[in-house]
Amino acid sequence: QGPLGSAPVTSLLSLAVTSEQIEHLHRRFKQLSQDQLTIRKENFDSIPDLEFNPIRGKIVHAFFDKRNLRQESDGLADEINFEDFLTIMSYFRPIEMNMDEEQLDRFRKEKLKFLFHMYDSDHDGKITLQEYRNVVEELLSGNPHLEKESARSIADGAMMEAASICVGQMGPDQVYEGITFEDFLKMWQGIDIETKMHVRFLNVDTIAHCY
Amino acid sequence: IPSVSSIVPESCLLIVVGLLVGGLIKGVGEKPPILKSDIFFLFLLPPIILDAGYFLPLRQFTENLGTILIFAVVGTLWNAFFLGGLMYAVCQLGGPGLNHIGLLANLLFGSIISAVDPVAVLAVFEEIHINELLHILVFGESLLNDAVTVVLYHLFEEFATFEQVTIIDIILGFLSFFVVSLGGVLVGVIYGVITAFTSRFTSHIRVIEPLFVFLYSYMAYLSAELFHLSGIMALIAAGVVMRPYVEANISHKSHTTIKYFLKMWSSVSETLIFIFLGVSTVAGHHYWNWTFVISTLFFCLVARVLGVLVLTWFINKFRIVKLTPKDQFIIAYGGLRGAIAFSLGYLLDYKHFGMRDMFLTAIITVIFFTVFVQGMTIRPLVDLLAVKKKQETKHSINEEIHTQFLDHLLTGIEDICGHYGHHHWKDKLNRFNKKYVKKCLIAGERSKEPQLIAFYHKMEMKQAIELVESGGIGKIPSAVSTVSIQNINPKTLPLERVLPALSKDKEEEIRKILRTNLQKTRQRLRSYNRHTLVADPYEEAWNQMLLRRQKARQLEQKMNNYLTVPAHRLDSPTMSRARIGSDPLAYEPKGDSENLPIITIDPASPQSPESVDLMSEEPKGCSGLPPSPEEDEEGLVMRVKEPSSPGTDDVFTPGTGDSPSNQRMLRCLSDPGPRPEPEEEGEPFIPKGQ
Repeated sequence: QGPLGSAPVTSLLSLAVTSEQIEHLHRRFKQLSQDQLTIRKENFDSIPDLEFNPIRGKIVHAFFDKRNLRQESDGLADEINFEDFLTIMSYFRPIEMNMDEEQLDRFRKEKLKFLFHMYDSDHDGKITLQEYRNVVEELLSGNPHLEKESARSIADGAMMEAASICVGQMGPDQVYEGITFEDFLKMWQGIDIETKMHVRFLNVDTIAHCY
Repeated sequence: IPSVSSIVPESCLLIVVGLLVGGLIKGVGEKPPILKSDIFFLFLLPPIILDAGYFLPLRQFTENLGTILIFAVVGTLWNAFFLGGLMYAVCQLGGPGLNHIGLLANLLFGSIISAVDPVAVLAVFEEIHINELLHILVFGESLLNDAVTVVLYHLFEEFATFEQVTIIDIILGFLSFFVVSLGGVLVGVIYGVITAFTSRFTSHIRVIEPLFVFLYSYMAYLSAELFHLSGIMALIAAGVVMRPYVEANISHKSHTTIKYFLKMWSSVSETLIFIFLGVSTVAGHHYWNWTFVISTLFFCLVARVLGVLVLTWFINKFRIVKLTPKDQFIIAYGGLRGAIAFSLGYLLDYKHFGMRDMFLTAIITVIFFTVFVQGMTIRPLVDLLAVKKKQETKHSINEEIHTQFLDHLLTGIEDICGHYGHHHWKDKLNRFNKKYVKKCLIAGERSKEPQLIAFYHKMEMKQAIELVESGGIGKIPSAVSTVSIQNINPKTLPLERVLPALSKDKEEEIRKILRTNLQKTRQRLRSYNRHTLVADPYEEAWNQMLLRRQKARQLEQKMNNYLTVPAHRLDSPTMSRARIGSDPLAYEPKGDSENLPIITIDPASPQSPESVDLMSEEPKGCSGLPPSPEEDEEGLVMRVKEPSSPGTDDVFTPGTGDSPSNQRMLRCLSDPGPRPEPEEEGEPFIPKGQ
């Protein structure tokens, strides 16, 4: 069977990833899955460099998040096949020169939605204070000597700032539930995510090894 | 009517001033001074480069390093040879006046004139606020092409004295490029590390910290220039390497000092350079040859445009974010020449280069053309082409969190893909930095501080200082939002929030800063007091207040040590401000305060610690503090009288305390107050400062 297995070719072509890149990714997929057709969470443990990453939990989780896999249902998948793998990878493709305004805007929203899902771990469409705290704690998890309170207060400060950006002035009785996707978009307004969030997978030669 | 400064960039005006000054001096009969090369290279150029290097936006620089290097190295080489070759052809065809100029001389001339000048680029690009990518591309190119210029210049200068140039010489010349550039960088790195290491031990003598930065940087420059290595690259490397470690070690005041000194020196240097250029134009001997000058100018422009076009086509194959034709135009148009070219030309020796005057004339013409014509027209062109301008992003903690998150995410994805890309190596470098380098070069606890925490502290500090400084104006800083912790987490008690543990030095610093500002504004307040203090009938009430305050101050002593307790009770200025902001009506007159005169505390808005005046003992609302005796004082409590006189800024509409449970503004973070001295001075209202 070819690299695409039984997956329909048309859906993959819409991802605008070149065939060379698909080849490379497929080779990588086979490495990770140890020649199986699907990958499970445990397969990601075999990547040595990922251990140092403070947010590896969230990254691996993102691969199995059904919302990212463009499936209708919610929750986590147990295993993903190559098509799903490519779907996730397509969130990281770079912008093309010939995109118009509308495409660019959609592109940007897609990427931000992926990020949003990573922050919003309970899938309720809002990033609550507890989830944000969780994010900051994970970011600082490489420093075991830090107290937990530090992470919490940073997250609190950030949340307050987010609230003031998104809602403006708030009276003492109003409660800010959490960051919705629209608020999230507002926060990212100044940053060009479409130029930042991309990964090159053009190089066929550099293939990192697994255990 | 547009003002002059919006049309004409500063550099042009300065050159005109120089021309006038030179003309004046000449008119008087004196000989005007010329910009001597050693003055330029030794004294005028280093401050500008150090300023650029120390504040280089490292992130964008490294992301675009490949592009910048290609433009700097290949672009400059192309310019030099193309121009040199063409000028040689022109000379051959140019008639008897030019025939004697050999190929080498022309190549030398080409190498002098082809380098994009950092001073000119800075001067013009600073004013047009172009987007960061283009700015760093042109600016980075102007910095890094120094190595190429140095090599070519010395090479051709040497060769011109040789009888014959062999292949070996050329190959050696090619190798010397690597020596010059990498050697320069190495020298810079070494000095940068030495500076960082030195700053680790300066915690007891803060005053000389800026001195080390300037001294070692200058030594890096001189050392590199001594060995004919690239001084500019050494200086940039030193600045870039030392900055993160030095900033972690030095005090806030030293940081401000360094910043302001660098800006000041570089401004002065830039001004002097341009003025001198004008004066030198008037003073110098000129030899005007129409053919030579016009063809130089023309070919300079052509070479630049062609070079940019070809190189961009090549670079775009490897870039993810491609350079659009608009970008290319700006890059080509931004290739300004400046004083470095002039000084290099001035260095030429008459013996070997008899046509030096002609060269100088041509160089000056090109400089004038690029600075005046291109400098003046680039701003309207940028607007016309709708080139993206610089986005004013305010540095926020959210942005920092997101950026770090994104970095880790992309590194993770790269690892999963199996591709060792940009992020992977950056991550490796960061880990190496954290594990080994930071421990050596950063003093004490801060070596283990992760970047997020350091950033957070920096922001808190900045906000605290802004708050304190703006307190005297009586305006609300626009950044204050009314969002408080209650808004996002209704279940928390007001004082539950804690701050990451500040080190003792930082606390001491914050305290000191607040104390000095407190003092300043107390003095100011004193003057207000004399004018508005209503006299006698209230003296008694005053005395009561004074007595109570004295007692409170004694209790304060006890509270002194609470700042050193593991930061649990520490409240950050942001928090206090947030709470203040959310409760602007937090002051209400106490029971007996009706008897007290209404003092116009005009500048002291409720947000500033300067409006510390009375200390009351009601401990309500401070549930988080350690259990202390009943009259326990929570440090300086702000009570602001309602501003009564009509002239005051009625910033906060005073109202009765509708806030729950007598909220008041806490200034736990501020210093424990002035040393308690006896009240006999009779300064009625304000506790005597130190």
